[in-house]
Amino acid sequence: MANLKDLKNRIESVKNTRKITKAMQMVAAAKLRRAQEAAEQSRPYTERFNAVMAGLAASVGGSDSAPKLLSGTGKDDVHLLVVMTSERGLCGGFNTNIAKKARGHAESLLAAGKTVKILTVGKKGRDSMKRDFGQYYVGHVDLSDVKRLGYVNAQDIASDVLSRFDASEFDVATLFYAKFQNVVTQIPTAQQIIPAAFEQEEGAEAATLYDYEPSEEAILADLLPRAVATAIFSALLENAASEQGSRMSAMDNATRNAGDMIDKLTIQYNRSRQAVITNELIEIISGAEAL
Amino acid sequence: MADTVQFNLVSPERSLASMQVNEVQIPGSDGDMTAMADHAPTITTLRPGVLKVTGPEGDAEYVVTGGFAEIGESGISVLAERAIARADMDQATLKGMVDAATDAFAKAQDSKSEAADDIAKTLADTVALGDALGISVN
Repeated sequence: MANLKDLKNRIESVKNTRKITKAMQMVAAAKLRRAQEAAEQSRPYTERFNAVMAGLAASVGGSDSAPKLLSGTGKDDVHLLVVMTSERGLCGGFNTNIAKKARGHAESLLAAGKTVKILTVGKKGRDSMKRDFGQYYVGHVDLSDVKRLGYVNAQDIASDVLSRFDASEFDVATLFYAKFQNVVTQIPTAQQIIPAAFEQEEGAEAATLYDYEPSEEAILADLLPRAVATAIFSALLENAASEQGSRMSAMDNATRNAGDMIDKLTIQYNRSRQAVITNELIEIISGAEAL
Repeated sequence: MADTVQFNLVSPERSLASMQVNEVQIPGSDGDMTAMADHAPTITTLRPGVLKVTGPEGDAEYVVTGGFAEIGESGISVLAERAIARADMDQATLKGMVDAATDAFAKAQDSKSEAADDIAKTLADTVALGDALGISVN
C-alpha cells in the first residue's frame, strides 16, 4: 500500500530534521558559552570606563564648552537608528523583536515630525528595515565575514557613526539590540549613544577629586568617541549572546516538536500497518471459506 | 620593601593583568609618569607607548594604545583600547598600527579636520614606539 511507504518516508525525513535541529542546538550552546565569556571579559573595561565617564560628564557636562557628543547639537530633529541584528536566521523571534522595537521607535518619531535615518548592522535587520523604511535607509555594516567579534568591529561602526555626526547628518543616535537576560529571555533594548548619557552609579560615594592630565575637557573630548565605540562593542557582544541563546531555545523547541511529530507519525504508521494485516487476514480467511 | 598597590590592565576584549605592584610607568599623552602607592588621584589619557610594571611578582611590559589610566585610592587601572604583552609584539602588529595611524593621518589631512594635529602626534608616537621596542617597520 502506497500510504505506508509515504508514512515511512515522512518519518525518516522528520528524523533527519530532528538530527539537524539537535546539532544546531548544540552548536548554539557552545557558541553561547563563548559569547558569554567574551561579554564577561569585556565587562571590567566597560564598567570602569562608564564610571570614569560619568564622573567626567558630571563635572564638565554643565558648562557651555561641553563637547557636542555629550551635550548634543541642541536639536533633536534628525534621529539615527542603529539597528543591530544577526547575520543568520533560524534564531526564533530574535530579529523580529529587535526590528519591531526599532520600527515602533521610528514610527513614533515620524509621527512627531522628526526625520529618521536608519543604519543597520547584520543582514537580517537590513532586509526587514529596508522593506518598511526603504527611503530612510542610509547604510549597512556587514559582519558576515567576521568569525570572532573584536573591538575593531565596534571601532569601524563607531567611526562610521561619528563621521556622520561630524558631517551633521543627525542629532541623536540610538542603538537597538537585544540585551541578554538568559537563554529564554532576551530583551530588545534601545540605548541612546549620542548625545551620550552616563548613569551615575546609585549610592556612589562622592567622587574622588582627580588631577587631570591634560585638562578635563581634553580628556573628555578624547574619551567620548571611545565611549561610543565601547557602547557599540558591548551592544555587539550582548547581541551575539542573545542571538545564540535565542537560537538555542528555538532549536530546542524544534527538536521537541520533531520528536512529537515522529511519535504521532509512528502511531499512525503502526495503525495502518495493522489495518493492512487485518485486511490481508480477512481476505485469506474468506478465500478459504469460499472453497 | 616598598608599599604595593593594586594594578589592573584591561582592554575591551579581556583583562590582561591584575596584581600587586610597586610601581607602574605609564605613557601619558603629556609625558611618562610613574605611579607608586599613595600617588595623588589622577586621570590621564594614554599615548601609544610601553607601560612598565615593577612588582614583587616580577616585572612586566605591555604595549598600550588609546584609552586612559586612572590612579585612585583603590589602585591603578589602565584602560587601553589595545594592550599587548611586550613578548607578543611583533613586526606585523607594529606595522598594522603604524599603517592605521598613517591612514588616519592622511584622511584627517584631506578633510582638514581639527584633529589632524592629534592624529599626527599619534602617528609620531606609534613610530617612536617601534624605536623603543627595537622593531623596525620595514
